[in-house]
Amino acid sequence: VCLQSLSRCCRHPVLLLSRCLLSSSTVSKAPLHTRLLLYLTKRFYDVEALLTWTSMFKKRGVRKKNAYYGYTGSFHGPHVAAAYFILNLKGGFRYRGRSDWFHAEKFDWDFINHKDCPLEEIDLSYTVINCDGLGNFDEEKSLRTLSLKACPEVDDWFLSRLHVFQDSLEELDISQCPRITIGGLAALRNLKGLKRLDVSSLPRIANPGLVVILLEEMLPKCHVIADGYEFDAPPKEEESDKWKSQRQPKSRCNKCGIY
Amino acid sequence: PGHGETQTAPSSAFQTIPNNFISFRRLTSIKQTALDALPGSSWTPLQMNPNLPPERADIVIVGGGVVGWSVAYWLKQKERVRGGVKVVVVERDPTYSRASTVLSAGGIRQQFSLSENILLSLHSAHFMRNINDHLGVLNEDPVDLQFNHSGYLFLASEDVAHIMEENYKTQRYAGAKVSLLTPTQLKEKFPWINTDGVALASYGLENEGWFDPWTLLSAFRRKAISMGVIPCCGEVTGFQYKTNTVSTREGDQVILRRIRSVKVQMPNSLEYQPVECSIVVNAAGAFSGKLAQMLGIGNGPEDSLTGISVPVEPRKRYIYVVHCPDGPGLDTPFLIDYSGVYFRREGLGGNYIAGTSPLEAEEPDTSDLEVDHQFFVDKVWPSLCHRVPAFESLKVSSAWAGFYDYNTFDQNGIIGMHPLVNNMYFATGFSGHGLQHSPAVGRGLAELIIEGGYKTIDLSALDFRRILSHEPMLERNIV
Repeated sequence: VCLQSLSRCCRHPVLLLSRCLLSSSTVSKAPLHTRLLLYLTKRFYDVEALLTWTSMFKKRGVRKKNAYYGYTGSFHGPHVAAAYFILNLKGGFRYRGRSDWFHAEKFDWDFINHKDCPLEEIDLSYTVINCDGLGNFDEEKSLRTLSLKACPEVDDWFLSRLHVFQDSLEELDISQCPRITIGGLAALRNLKGLKRLDVSSLPRIANPGLVVILLEEMLPKCHVIADGYEFDAPPKEEESDKWKSQRQPKSRCNKCGIY
Repeated sequence: PGHGETQTAPSSAFQTIPNNFISFRRLTSIKQTALDALPGSSWTPLQMNPNLPPERADIVIVGGGVVGWSVAYWLKQKERVRGGVKVVVVERDPTYSRASTVLSAGGIRQQFSLSENILLSLHSAHFMRNINDHLGVLNEDPVDLQFNHSGYLFLASEDVAHIMEENYKTQRYAGAKVSLLTPTQLKEKFPWINTDGVALASYGLENEGWFDPWTLLSAFRRKAISMGVIPCCGEVTGFQYKTNTVSTREGDQVILRRIRSVKVQMPNSLEYQPVECSIVVNAAGAFSGKLAQMLGIGNGPEDSLTGISVPVEPRKRYIYVVHCPDGPGLDTPFLIDYSGVYFRREGLGGNYIAGTSPLEAEEPDTSDLEVDHQFFVDKVWPSLCHRVPAFESLKVSSAWAGFYDYNTFDQNGIIGMHPLVNNMYFATGFSGHGLQHSPAVGRGLAELIIEGGYKTIDLSALDFRRILSHEPMLERNIV
């Protein structure tokens, strides 16, 4: 009996193997990407978890880059801490009273020597600075220029925090920032000393012409630059009704039937 | 007979019947019905209403407004195990036609006199700053609250200026970014204001403004449902509870109740489902008082603990949309005058939203949401014109009315457990500030329920106990 069962055990894998070989030769395999996608569809929750983790890690990376440089500040003072923060973000700055710029591309440790020298111009274009990172600049009372061109994390809440520079800020460049909307531009009302404001190519502004007029009205001493938009030509006489309807607000309202 | 034909007339006896009497499709459906009727299939002739809530749940939240959904979201966020807490949100009107959330002006401010209110608003603003981290759902559009960071501007006359200064100290201490302005500075900043009678102004610099309440509600709802909260469209018409009578040291009889199940009735139907639950959260807004009455809270002798009812009742408030092409521009804050009149900018086309709170004696009738346009002409317009001369040429485009869940006791929210009904929690009575406090209140109540105590903000001062001991916590900056 033992020998019979043993022979049966040995025979079955051979049968299975032969069946497999037979089946694989008759059915052609699907291409690799199709098989991969079919495999992933059977593992929906794993894919969902992986995607959630990826976005979580990206956000954690941005948060780490915008941390508060309190440790550096306790050794070298708030201005050097702010300077170090800017250099870590791959930005550039200029101290007040000096004419040379310190930039991350030509990094050297010389900036530590200028303790207690406030920053006058900051260039943070194309960096991941966000609202929390502005906490590093709370002591910069003589900041004149701030350039935030094409920063992906600069949004309306960031603009609302700029009121700390309301006495000194003269030039602000927020062109090409994808997250800024009209609600954030209303927050710039506090910067009464602003002389130059660049709001070119903001993708989330729905009617740029109107927005530029309102900004000029809000900040009378400021020169507003707004390139990169396709402003419509002024309409002719017979299209005046359409122009009136365009002046209505675009905001959606779910209350009883207005706009 | 052809091979392609599926049915052929069988014999000469049935010649009069046309060829395709029983069509092929009907034959398959008859076959399917016959198979269903056989045992082993899942079809029954008695179909269950699929909209009924589940028979058992851990927590039932009565009220599907922004506070109710915020509590549901935070309960799911704070549960330690996935699927640990079964939450059902019961809302009787899925169109939200009378809900306070969607009819609100949508403002958020930190300029309160009570530090709990300031902290609630501040934490809610921080929540909204990172709203996509909290309420973002994978593969769905990001949440866009359309937040206008224009700040609030409170104007004070001579006699209330000292209150404003004290409030400023409290607000600054709690972390709100507010600044005080003299009339000269006010005129410089906002040349369109008439500073007659203004002694001091309080201006919010950060985390203040207005946003779209519907977007916040939908975001909470979407995220909570994606985390497993069960929404139910129905009305709570009663409770089943156990009663226990105990006597205090002085010899008074106190009736303690414990809710066993909530009776949820389907809309336009007599069908109902009793949902057995362990905790009920009353987030019914303006109708919370009526809900508490169903439980018998307040049905006792006048001067005893059981005789004190939940002091929340609906109060009707009007909002008027006006159009004024020469009005203030993009920097218009949410201006609140000392006479109680307020207005804010709406959109970019010269439209504003204005309103005021009527006096106690002249409260409008709350049986419907009809607007009284004479109220605007008598009470709102004169003060508006006095404060902003450009508004003399305004035109009213539209108006709507909504309910405040008005706390008649002290106009501040009631958050926490009822002392006599040990499994009913309240998150109501905010008197016009429910929307701006909703994320923080939801988190506080979820901490209370799941973790047993407040961890982020201590809201024990807004408990029900102050109502039982008749100690009002008055808020001096109510609009």
